[in-house]
Amino acid sequence: MKNEKHLAPRPGFVLDVDRTSPPVLFHHGDTFKLEKLPAGRSRVIYPPEPLAGLKDPDGAIRHALENPIGDSEPLSALLRPDMKLTIAFDDISLPLPPMRRPDIRQRIIESVLDLAAEAGVDDVHLIAALAIHRRMTEDELRHAVGDRVYDAFAPSGRLYNHDAEDPEGMVVLGETPHGEDVQFSKRAAESDLVVYVNINLVSMDGGHKSTATGLSGYTGLRHHHNVHTMRNSTSFMDQENSELHASNWRMGKVIRDAGVKIFQIETTVNNNTFGRSGPLAVLQKREWEWSARDRTSFIAMQKGLDLMPSSARRQIFNAWEAPYEMTSVQAGEVEAVHKVTTENVYQQQLVDVEGQTDILTMGLPYICPYNVNSVMNPILVMCLGLGYFFNMYRGKPLVREGGVVIMSHPTPWEFHSVHHPSYIDFFEQVLADTTDPIEIERKYEKQFAEDEWYIHLYRNSYAYHGVHPFYMWYWGSHALEHLGRVIIVGGETSAVRRLGFQSASTLSDALEMASDVVGPQPTITHMKNPPIFLADVK
Amino acid sequence: MKALEFRRNIPRYAAAKLAGSFTPGRGSGVGPMRLVDADLPELPNQDWEIVKPRLSGICGSDLATIDGKSARYFEPLVSFPFTPGHEVVGDLQDGTRVVLEPVLGCISRNINPPCTSCASGQIGNCEHTNFGEISPGIQTGSCHDTGGGWAVAFAAHKSQLHPVKKDLSDEAAVMIEPTACGVHAALNTGVTPEGTVTVIGSGTLGLVTISALRSHFPEITILATARYPHQKSLAADLGADFVIAPDELKRAVRRMTKSKAISLSSEDGSVDRLTGGSDVVVDCVGSSESITDALSVTRPRGKVVLVGMPSSVNLELTPLWHREIQLVGAYTYGVETLTDGSTTRTFDLAADLVESAKLDRLVSAVYPLNRYQDALEHAAAAGPRGAVKVAFDLRSEKERDLL
Repeated sequence: MKNEKHLAPRPGFVLDVDRTSPPVLFHHGDTFKLEKLPAGRSRVIYPPEPLAGLKDPDGAIRHALENPIGDSEPLSALLRPDMKLTIAFDDISLPLPPMRRPDIRQRIIESVLDLAAEAGVDDVHLIAALAIHRRMTEDELRHAVGDRVYDAFAPSGRLYNHDAEDPEGMVVLGETPHGEDVQFSKRAAESDLVVYVNINLVSMDGGHKSTATGLSGYTGLRHHHNVHTMRNSTSFMDQENSELHASNWRMGKVIRDAGVKIFQIETTVNNNTFGRSGPLAVLQKREWEWSARDRTSFIAMQKGLDLMPSSARRQIFNAWEAPYEMTSVQAGEVEAVHKVTTENVYQQQLVDVEGQTDILTMGLPYICPYNVNSVMNPILVMCLGLGYFFNMYRGKPLVREGGVVIMSHPTPWEFHSVHHPSYIDFFEQVLADTTDPIEIERKYEKQFAEDEWYIHLYRNSYAYHGVHPFYMWYWGSHALEHLGRVIIVGGETSAVRRLGFQSASTLSDALEMASDVVGPQPTITHMKNPPIFLADVK
Repeated sequence: MKALEFRRNIPRYAAAKLAGSFTPGRGSGVGPMRLVDADLPELPNQDWEIVKPRLSGICGSDLATIDGKSARYFEPLVSFPFTPGHEVVGDLQDGTRVVLEPVLGCISRNINPPCTSCASGQIGNCEHTNFGEISPGIQTGSCHDTGGGWAVAFAAHKSQLHPVKKDLSDEAAVMIEPTACGVHAALNTGVTPEGTVTVIGSGTLGLVTISALRSHFPEITILATARYPHQKSLAADLGADFVIAPDELKRAVRRMTKSKAISLSSEDGSVDRLTGGSDVVVDCVGSSESITDALSVTRPRGKVVLVGMPSSVNLELTPLWHREIQLVGAYTYGVETLTDGSTTRTFDLAADLVESAKLDRLVSAVYPLNRYQDALEHAAAAGPRGAVKVAFDLRSEKERDLL
């Protein structure tokens, strides 16, 4: 197997399942399942193998800062002693899982700070651009920016989490031609330069969204984090056909016209989520290539996990740090930078797929952007499956209109009371009443968004904002409108029903249930994700 | 005549308590209650009449007695043996259909002058329930001399009898007595016109209380807890704005009242205590847990009204002291003062409400008297079996025609 290291990474692959195909690995929360798919009408989409990482990431970063893309001077030319400099960076939701140290943000921020120090810049603030996500803990900030940066800035209050509910800390910069309020961090707005440090895990990330969303609050976000926008983003992973991006780009123009100068630094990582070797390496191998050792270690892992309580399994997986490698870094003017970044994301993740399917199956893993070091509650299960996985397409959805999505996940009726307090209420009150995104938005959004207790917890604890579960539900609204049925395999029945979905004990039961909607002998496509891929559906 | 009779029998009472602790309602099989051939009650004087029940409801307090769960408080307030049954629609011997107002106050006891409560119409608070011309008993159904509704016939004072409208069904009429309890509770909440009321429990008492609250205070916000789907549906239909599962109570009241929450850890989004809470909580369950919940979701200087009959309970009263909460009981009925200052008998209000809110739909099942064990077990498991009110149906008892 040593030789494999020297082979060129293979592109994504679509396997047509036949009688000789081995069972396919399905992620199932913090466990796994091996499922046999019907031969002759099933296919499995495998992600491309990890591209090689940059050999000298620090050198590449320095090069990018001094050789910007688009209409931008080198960073060093933008720095001067009397200036106000704000460095904003992506929060805990990126990358997934969190990457091994040193985190890309640390590498970039250290380089930027070196240049700032050389230029004699004193007034520097670092802001975790979390919008209405939960605040990052000290450990999480240390992991992202490194101990040296943390110790130099946090004690003096110059490294902190964005607070979208600070009445003194937010400003409205203007309005887009579409009447969208552009709400922004006051510190960033008043800075002579905003340096944004991004990790672009998927093609939705980055660009104007980094600042127009990351440094905004409910007043701004409500204009694009809504059902209309999500239903008109087909998909939100495809910027050319995404109303989410169109809105953010309009806001980006208002930010620029308001005089906010942004130096955007974007990076991409490869697909090395579970490692080329090590305990989880088997998860990114194709099943027919599993060695005897792979099979043995997988079975041992599966049995071991099955014997553990879910809290222990969660602890194990939450401790996993991905050995991601940086594949590109580019800096300069936002749009020019993001164009290159997107191409680099596509290079790693794009898989050509011919035509749509009747049934799309997906094994949902233990993690999504909003449960890092936390609990994957049922609303996040919905969001991961129908928001993220469903939208991992360009062209057309992987599943045809009126088709069925089958998701495999234990879906426990369980919430993290510190991180997701408003999710509990959303689940108990809102979903008990209706699962219709339009109705939910009309009837309940304002109540949750303006709830003083949620705002208090968002600002002072580590809670997602009160309105955040609504956005999770809206994230799946395109899928909900498109699909004929959603089935969850192996989920807690009461929780699955509350989501408005059907519950099945086994995949074969789910396929049987799906035939009511799509007829007998349907075509089936399985997304073997993660590692992440983006389907280019012809 | 056929009657269910409850005797003082300590060993059987203990057996009922044991059986009832395993399966609610099972105390009827082993306890001190038996189906007997009883004598027709003697009428104490010319103001009394024989009533032949048509339907006779089974109440939560009856079930507590049968399962040996009722408080010893009542021991001196009843006279053995007695025939239970106080939710009754029946016929007089001249064929007039009547509903029973079961409280045995000064007037029915022929005590003159009456006590202060009875003189003001608040017969439920009568101070003379152990005195007068009949044996002790707070209501028909706990008094030896009168008999009770779980029999082919019993005796009732004329003051206890309310003629029933011709077009009102027996099922509607048998709901008037429990509805009167709900009306009395609702009117004693003291809720302001746009206040908030939380109703704990959506059994019969909870549902009629919700209906009464909505009827008399159209603008208030009502939150109700309900355990079973049919209860949730009825609670919403009868006027609750929010219907939630019992374990969702604190979070739901917080949302309704826009309170903040306090948890043991300042960072936690769990809801251990509320900063504010509901103006009024009506507890229609009466357990340690429900009263504790009620105290935990009542705002400072708010009010908890106990409608469900409590027994011995174990309570942490610190919140009552700290938040200066009023804890009051709501037992039966009498005369009510309405928001416009007028006074009306609770039973009249209840009769109107039963008709307008179609509360006859709460009668889910009826049983003949000789299937009393089945009836009582059904009533005790009404929630999980999709029922609300279970009643005895005596309309087909042959002995009725002989009386």
